[in-house]
Parts: sequence; structure tokens; C-alpha cells
Amino acid sequence: MGHIVEIEGVNKIYGTNHVVKDLNLTVEEGEFLTLLGSSGCGKTTTLRMIAGFEEPSSGSIKVEGESIEEKEPYERNVNTVFQSYALFPHKTIFDNIAYGLKMKKVPKDEIKKRVMEMMELVQLEGFEKRYPNQLSGGQKQRVAIARALINRPRVLLLDEPLGALDLKLRKQMQLELKRLQKKLNITFIYVTHDQEEALTMSDRIAIMHEGILDQLGTPTEIYEKPKTKFVATFIGETNIFDGCIAEITDQDITINVENGAVLGKAVGFQNGEYITVSIRPEKMKYASAPVEGFSIEAKVRDYIYVGSIVKCIAVLPNGNELKIERLAGEALPELETTIYPYWNREDAVLIHNQDQVVFQAMENIVLG
Amino acid sequence: MKRKTKAKLQKRLGIVFCSLVYMFLFLPISVIVVNSMNATTSKPYLSWKGFTLDWYVKLFDNSSLLSSFGNTMIIALVSTLLATIIGTLGAVGMYKYKFRGKSIIDGLLYIPVVIPEIVLGISLLTIFSKVSIPRGMLTLILAHVTFCVPFVIFNVRARLDGYDNSIEEASMDLGANRVTTFFEITLPVLAPGIAGGALLAFTLSIDDVIISYFVNGQTKTYPLKVMESIKSGVAPDVNALSTLILLATVILVVLTQSDLLKRREK
Amino acid sequence: MKSAHAKHEWKSNTLPAMVMVGPVTLCMILLVAIPLIYVGVMSFCSIDQYYNVVFKFTTQNHLRLFSTDYLKIYGQSLAIAFLTTLFCILIGYPFSYLIARTKSKRKKLLYMLVIIPFWTNSLIRIYGWRTFLGTNGWLNTALQFLHLTSEPIDFLFKQGTTVLGMVYCLIPFMILPLYTSIEKLDTNLLEASSDLGAKKISTFLEVVLPLTAGGIFSGSIMVFIPCLGYFFVSDILGGGNSDVIGNLIERQFQSGNNWPLGAALSIILILITLLLVKLYQKMGGDMESLGM
Repeated sequence: MGHIVEIEGVNKIYGTNHVVKDLNLTVEEGEFLTLLGSSGCGKTTTLRMIAGFEEPSSGSIKVEGESIEEKEPYERNVNTVFQSYALFPHKTIFDNIAYGLKMKKVPKDEIKKRVMEMMELVQLEGFEKRYPNQLSGGQKQRVAIARALINRPRVLLLDEPLGALDLKLRKQMQLELKRLQKKLNITFIYVTHDQEEALTMSDRIAIMHEGILDQLGTPTEIYEKPKTKFVATFIGETNIFDGCIAEITDQDITINVENGAVLGKAVGFQNGEYITVSIRPEKMKYASAPVEGFSIEAKVRDYIYVGSIVKCIAVLPNGNELKIERLAGEALPELETTIYPYWNREDAVLIHNQDQVVFQAMENIVLG
Repeated sequence: MKRKTKAKLQKRLGIVFCSLVYMFLFLPISVIVVNSMNATTSKPYLSWKGFTLDWYVKLFDNSSLLSSFGNTMIIALVSTLLATIIGTLGAVGMYKYKFRGKSIIDGLLYIPVVIPEIVLGISLLTIFSKVSIPRGMLTLILAHVTFCVPFVIFNVRARLDGYDNSIEEASMDLGANRVTTFFEITLPVLAPGIAGGALLAFTLSIDDVIISYFVNGQTKTYPLKVMESIKSGVAPDVNALSTLILLATVILVVLTQSDLLKRREK
Repeated sequence: MKSAHAKHEWKSNTLPAMVMVGPVTLCMILLVAIPLIYVGVMSFCSIDQYYNVVFKFTTQNHLRLFSTDYLKIYGQSLAIAFLTTLFCILIGYPFSYLIARTKSKRKKLLYMLVIIPFWTNSLIRIYGWRTFLGTNGWLNTALQFLHLTSEPIDFLFKQGTTVLGMVYCLIPFMILPLYTSIEKLDTNLLEASSDLGAKKISTFLEVVLPLTAGGIFSGSIMVFIPCLGYFFVSDILGGGNSDVIGNLIERQFQSGNNWPLGAALSIILILITLLLVKLYQKMGGDMESLGM
């Protein structure tokens, strides 16, 4: 497997708006890579720069080892599935899918053969004479995918392609896209703001936040070893404690947080450093009396039943909410009782904290 | 960067092209403005005799010019008002009610829009003379209302396309009668369409030459006055008045547009 | 019971319907339908020796429509209208495209700048062209000053000048519908086309043009038809060398004073209008977009 797309030191600036900041990203051949982030994080801009609709303000983008800055979108061997589908309203489904081949001046009978194949692949047989406005959202989506795939691109760019579909259809299409990708062995670069979608489909996820690539890794890495506070909170639910390292013995770390102290286990941290502790609700434990090393307490306020899972909401003295998750049927503390939360120290994820505002607040609370 | 320079070149070419088109559009305007400051007093007022602003004062002594402008304003205001009322009621009525002959009225509405103005002008002339309505202010207003009504209707109709009928039902449910509902709910919602239609009607009315030309009788409107003066050369005071009118409309537009923008921001 | 119900229905539907639709119906029937029918009737009338219209049936007027002099002018008028429409498209399309798709913050201003000249009386603007192009006008002065010509060139009173004036008068009617249709164009479609391998020219022919054809059609209708009637443009700029059908009609209703003949000539314009509108509808044109 080689590097199919290499993004090096790319910046994109609109006026005073720095949308993509010094982005370095390498996409492996045949992988399903997701650019994940909330709106305005620069993920779509990144995709559009690869497609050629936007030009980087600085930096370089290579596809198959070749610099593409000088290439117009129509000269690039990548194709895009648009969020709005962008189907040509005045062309039939057949003509929409055939468009790319027509532009390449492929002979008519070959066009016909390949379009039919493609329509079969995306299960749209019999729709060739219809127009886009006669199709449902899911069908339009398939046309958009077929149209982009017919050119046999090396890389397929997908810009929130499932955003307009309802939940059920979206789940179905997620699996179908994954199936297509495996079958055709084409590199997919997929943009979404839906973390669940990203976790389900991707080989690797690149999380972007305010124009910066926060973390790049497999879904498991991203979920279990978030590198920034943003990643920890963005992916899945978590409980966050901002604090300051009070003591390090071997790999065991004691952290002073507001209203108490907690334990964690990690390497690469220094005494006195400000950090964030993230602990997933399902890893959260509790006791009726303080556990050694932990000195925070909380009051159980509410239960929420989500099918097979029960969420318990407890409130810390500072008003922050604490989430504990258990499978339905497992024991949970009584409402209004005081509990002492704790966890296995290896379950806590320790994150270097760069947030200046938190520093200041900590200064006052923990040390003051 | 080749791609960037290419894009830049294309952009420059576009700017040059657009500038040329704007020059084309504004060239006669500049002729008017310059000629309004020509000190010449002899017909056909073409040779340049030096700069003066006297014409902007003198034009207020030219009573026939002023009265023609007065006529134009009266006709434009009255026919815009009438066309707006008739058009708004008509558009709402045709949207809400089904009745026999509706499609005929609908078809008739397109006639003043597409047919050459001269045909509308002579048809009104013949009918006015047939039923012996003396040509003058009345016939001018009737004619202007005729070609303005469809434009008001189309503008209001565009607004009605996104109209939610249930807000009227809600109003009546809350105790308002039909008339109150019309003034409290229907009218304010349609206001932008009505205003757009009225503005268009006003513009069409003050600039109309052809239709007025056939139905005016002895009443001269400003465009007709200009037409008359063209034979002997357009005097600088006519240019001066045109310049003033242009200036006034531009100021008015700038004021209303910036006002509209502000409101939209809220 | 029944009468009470009927009364309620009258009050709730018929009365408001009449109040609302009545005036416009009256207006359209009395001032559009009847006058046009009357023009048709008049075309079959004769005139007496004092040029008064008399209701004596004749087809004389219609026969005169086919005289060679008239046929020549119809041809000339159609040619002028065709050229005017063509130039309006050639200038108006790229212009509207650039204005509608600019990312400039002054887009609204650029749009307003198209309309502003048209708030000045159209006659005086046409006269402005005459001043500009005349033998001692600005253009000749400039050319002589630059020594590009020694003798003033007579630009006026040619068919080309009339076309210029027509283009000038009518181009906003082309630009406005084009602007609307181009602005509606989804940028994603252009990107998709380019993404799928289409060069700029192919994207234009395959995507942009078909999707903005509606604007071209309605613009053409709004330019071509009035052009046949704008007698004052050819009067001022054409000097009698480039009459359009409108000039013929105008003459019969003013100096010629043969109203029935003028009415018959108007029928030609009405027929051309009907024909073009039918054609427009057949090509999928939307009548509503003609009203702007």
C-alpha cells in the first residue's frame, strides 16, 4: 500500500478567516478515511482543495505522488459525491451517470455497457429514463455515487453524502458504501460531522477542530486514546475533569481537581502540569465510601433509560454533571444518595491541556 | 502559478467587459448631464459654448416644461395607486377563489405585458374615440392603469406562491373578521410584493412614451414634451430637468435600499 | 334553512370574490379585450373622403398589407428585431453571468447600476446617442482630435444605428431574466461537471446553457416583440431609413390618418406576438417570468 494522497503544510485563508491551519495528512491507498469535525472545522474545505474547487493558500497536495496544484478539477483523477448530490436536473439518470464517460469521449456502446453495470452495482436498474426530481433522496444518493464512480477514480471524495437522508436509510447506506468501497478497492475520503457514522465506516479517522487536525487514528485509538480534550468530548460521551498533577510515582499520577483529587496512570507527564482527565461513563465506578486516592463525591440526581442501557446522572459539588452508564438490570445507586466516584487508574485518559483559560481557573481553584 | 495567473487574467477580462457594458449603458446619461451645463442658447443646442449652471435655474421659468412634468407625476401617482389597489385585490382574489372565466382573465393579463405598446396604444385610442371619451388626463390615467395592473399582479402573485393560507384561518379563529384579517394579516405579508409591483408600475408610468403618445389629446406628459422638442433639438433645460430627476431617483433608491438592508439584518 | 345557507355562501364567497376580482376583470375586459376586438373590427372598416371611419365592410386594408413596400418593411423590421435580440444575448449573457456569479460584496450595486439609466426618460437617452454619434457629436470630435479621420463620419440614420438604439433601450429586458436564471444556477452543478472531467466549454454547453435557456427565451420575447413597435427609436436614430412596423402604424394613426389601415397593420403585430408566445410556451417557457 502506498500513499495515494499527501497533504503537506496546507493552509487555507479567506480574508481574515484561517480555515485550514498547517494541515499534514497522508492517505493510504485503498483506505476509508473520514474527516470528522463540527461545521466550520475546515473538513469540507480540505476536501474541496483535493477536488480542485479551492486552491490552498500555501502548502502542497499530491495525488499518486504527483503535485496537482496546476491541474483543473477536470484533469484530476479524483471524483466527488456532493452533499446536495448536484445531479443535473435536465438530464436523465442514464445521462447523469454517463456524463463523465461522455466527457472522456468513450464510445457510445461502451458508455451504455458501463452505465448499466454501474446502475446494477448501486441497484438502480430500470431508472435510466427518469429525471432526478422523480427520485427519492436515497435513490438520488445512489445516482450521485454511481456518477462519481463511473470514471474509476483513484480517490472518491464524499462530502457528507448521507446528511440529507433519514436515520434508517442512513444506516443502510453506511453499510452499502462500505461494501462498495471494499468491493471496488477505491480510496474513500469521507467528510462527516456524525461521529457514529465515522466510527462505523472508517479505517482511520482524522478529527479536525477549528482548522487543525487534532488527531488521526483508527476508530479504536480515537475512542480509547483521545489526544485532545476536544477529541475526548467530541467522540462518544465522557466525563471531564480539569486538574493539576500533584504527584507522580512511577506511572501512577495523582491529580488535584476541583473538590478533590483523582488517580490516573500514564507516562510523559510532569509534576505540576495542567491536564484534563477523561473517563468514559461505562468505566465510571462508584462506592458508598471514599476509595483510596479518590476524594470526590457526587449526588445521584436522575436516571435515563436508553433501551438496553441505563444512564445515571450524578451532580458534583461544583454543579457539573457526572454520567455513569450501566447495562439495564445492573445495580445502580439510589436516587439522592451520595456516592464516591472512582475508576481503574488505567481507564482514565490523561490529556495535556493547552487551554489557557482553564489554567487561570485552575490557578484560582486548586491552588488558591 | 499558472493556474492562478490564468484565473486572474480571466477575472481581469471579465472586469473589462463589464466596464464596457456599463459605459455603454451610461454614455447617453453623461451626454444628458454634460448638455445640461452647456451655455448655448441657439437651436439645436449641439455646439459647446461653455459651462453654466444657469439652466438649472431657468428651467423653473419654463412653465410648459414644468407643467408637463407635473402631469407626469400626477398620472404616475394616481395610476400607480389605482393599479396597486386593483392589482393587489385581483391577485389575492384570483389566488383564493375559483370562478368561471378565471383563465380568460389570466390570459388577458399577459396581453399588456407581451404585446407591443403601440398596439395597446392604438387600441385604446380607437375605443376612446369610439365611446367619445375626450382625450386628456382621464384617458392617460386609464391607459397607464391598464398596462400597470398586470405587473402589480405578477409581483404580488410571486409573493403569494409562498403564502401560508392557515395564517388567515388562524386570524379568523382568533376572532378577526374578513376585512380585519385582510388588513392585519394578508396585506402586511404581501407588502414586499405589493411595494415591488408599485415601484415597477411607477417606473413604467413615468417613462411611458408610446401609449401616452396615442391617448394624450392636449395633455402633455414629460416624455411627450421631450418628443416634441426633439424635432428642434433638445434644449439644455430639458436635459437639466432629466438630470435632476435621475439624481432624485438615485438618492431615493439609495435611501430605500440601505433601509431595506438594515431591516433585513434585524 | 336552504336560503340561509345560500345567503351565507353568498356572503362568504361570492361577495368577497366580486369585490376583489371585479375591478381587475372590468379593467381587463373594458381596456384590453374590447379595444383589441375593436381594432380587429376596425380593420374591416373603410374611410370616407374626410378620413372618418365608416362601418362599411372592406378587405381593402388587409390586401394593402401585402404591397411590396410594406412587405419590405416587415422584413426590415424583423431583421432589426432579430439583430437586436442577437446583440442583446451576446452582450447580455456574459454580462449577466459575470454580475450574477460575482463574489463581490457590491453585487447588489452592480445590479442596480443596470437599472438606474432606465429611470431617465428613454427618448432623451436615445437623443443622447444622436448627440454622441452626430456629425459634430462627441465621437466625431474625438476621432478628429485623434486625427483618425479628417472628415466627420456620418454614423446616424443607418439601420445599424437603429439596432444600436434598440439594443440600448431593450437590453435590460434581456439582462434581468438572464440574471435571475443564472443566479438560480447551483454552483455545485458546475463543480460536479468539472469534477467529472468536463472542460469549461463543455460545462457551459452541457450544464449552464440548458439550465439558463429559460432566461434566454423569456429575454428574447421581451426584446424581440417590443422592437417591432418602437417607432421612436428609428425616428430619432434611423431618420426614416430603418422603419419598423411600429412606424407604419404610427403614421396611419397620426399623419396618414387612415385608422382602418393602421388597425390592419396592428393585426400583423398581434399575430407575430401570438406566434412567438406560442413558440415560447412550446419550448417550455414560463409565462409568469415574462412579467418579471
